[in-house]
Amino acid sequence: MTEAKKEKFIVPIGPQHPALKEPGNFEFTVDGEIVTDATVRLGFVHRGIEKACETRNYTQDMYLLERVCGICSHVHATAFVLGVEKLAGVQAPPRAEAIRVLAAELERIHSHLLWFGVAAHEAGFDTLFMYTWRDREVVMDILETLSGSRVHYSVNILGGVKIDIDQKLSDLIKKDMDFLEERTEHYMKVVTTDETFLGRTRGIGTLSRDRAKLLGAVGPTARASGVKRDVRVNAPYSGYKEFPVKMVIDQTGDLEARFVVRLKELYESYRLIREILEKIQPGEISTRIKRKIPEGEVISRVEAPRGELFYFIKSNGTEMPDRVKVRTPSLCNWGTITDVAVGHKLADMPMLLAGIDPCFSCNDRMVEIRSDSQPSQMMNWDGLRKYGIEYYK
Amino acid sequence: MRTDSENYYNQIVNKLKNWARINSPWAIHFNSGSCNGCDIEILATLTPRYDVERLGIKLQGSPRHADVLIATGPVTLQALDRLIRVYEQMPDPKYVIAVGSCALSGGVFDGCYSVIGDLNKVIPVDVYIPGCPPRPEAIIFGVVQLLDSLKKGKKPAKFVVPNDIPDFKLEEKSNGNN
Ligand code: SF4
Repeated sequence: MTEAKKEKFIVPIGPQHPALKEPGNFEFTVDGEIVTDATVRLGFVHRGIEKACETRNYTQDMYLLERVCGICSHVHATAFVLGVEKLAGVQAPPRAEAIRVLAAELERIHSHLLWFGVAAHEAGFDTLFMYTWRDREVVMDILETLSGSRVHYSVNILGGVKIDIDQKLSDLIKKDMDFLEERTEHYMKVVTTDETFLGRTRGIGTLSRDRAKLLGAVGPTARASGVKRDVRVNAPYSGYKEFPVKMVIDQTGDLEARFVVRLKELYESYRLIREILEKIQPGEISTRIKRKIPEGEVISRVEAPRGELFYFIKSNGTEMPDRVKVRTPSLCNWGTITDVAVGHKLADMPMLLAGIDPCFSCNDRMVEIRSDSQPSQMMNWDGLRKYGIEYYK
Repeated sequence: MRTDSENYYNQIVNKLKNWARINSPWAIHFNSGSCNGCDIEILATLTPRYDVERLGIKLQGSPRHADVLIATGPVTLQALDRLIRVYEQMPDPKYVIAVGSCALSGGVFDGCYSVIGDLNKVIPVDVYIPGCPPRPEAIIFGVVQLLDSLKKGKKPAKFVVPNDIPDFKLEEKSNGNN
């Protein structure tokens, strides 16, 4: 028994981890090729944002909170703004709400395309990575024309938004949506029919509905397992009351399902954006709001591209919040990794990690293979990725 | 005693090395606590619209193969020793490009309790690229600036172990395996 135990290896991945919002250190215990256990350690990009919020006023906080994440910056600001507006008893004008949704859906498109490219890269399908990122530039262009910045758009202000759309812009967006829809159809075909790709995704990392519920998975990861969890549908906020979305659900729960769900969500976003551009009413885009926010506590939930984003804001009646608590969707989904990893091959790990979309834009993490008897052996993330690709050749 | 011919030989080799380095700098990217915005823009420079690989710049995984460290983020205390470790693993001569307002001054995270704020306090920085995040064009421009200064004979800066950073002692932290 002890003999057998000695042959187990622990493979730490991370934490040296450029580019992840929440770099985690994973330790996979492997028995031969099969992963038997997994643990996560987080906190390497801890900057102390929540604390810093307490020393800045509400307007400043918005710029700070946008920078929690560079991929889904708009939803962070939206969650915060909705909370603060609720505390202040102010309602943003309908046009502002619609523009918020517009920006959120554009952001979802850019985020899903980004993820899709990175996941394809992890699978060794670099051509697809280049294609998706080329198409993603189309959305980035829209966002830039809309707001002036490619990443942190700062669309929100307290009490409304600060950008407006006109006919010219709306024509441009519609044209681009057609182009993207066409491309997405192509990607859908690749994801569901390409033999080599299916070999890496079908039946891998299956997360059953019960487990997904139990582990508190959110966003596309949960929806791919058949859990009906989408804040936009369950508890519509902001403009989603006026412009409802359909929830995209898949029952299979494997990696392929996660791809399919995200791609289908893209269609939904295209549809919604077109609808907003058609139906948006002229009017004010912001209302006045006092600098001092009345005392109180509020919870605000929005659906980020990766799942439910949760904000708790406590005000003490001054210009600065008393406490801001953020819970990001990636954090909820880390829990599922340890679950889906067990029983799978080490070679599947890059894909599984990419599958939950943990803001995964890095390919440069160190992997160290340690054992009792052998000197430690280093493997970086690239190496592990290559290993996975070779393994499936 | 070196003979003149040896000196001459060395000179030629050095020139050749410099030429090769300038024509194809390999870069490693390190995130020291950034929000991801800058990192994505760096990644975007690799993709078809901007395509830095046409300039011979290659982003690759291991610090041991890199000439240029592209660092983002305000240097969190947790990432600090990793950053120094990555920097020390790079072979000489090495250059550092700091991308984003965060790496310049802490940006929005200025004053947070767990960030240092200025990359230059930790490792010597050769080029700063401001912006939050800088556009991919700006990042490419920054790299070109570095290459230009190399052509003019810029020498890599000396690395001094930072000792004015609270709670941080290099000896303690780096005696693990590199
Ligand atoms: S400079 Fe701005 S975009 Fe870049 S990492 Fe810092 S906060 Fe993010």
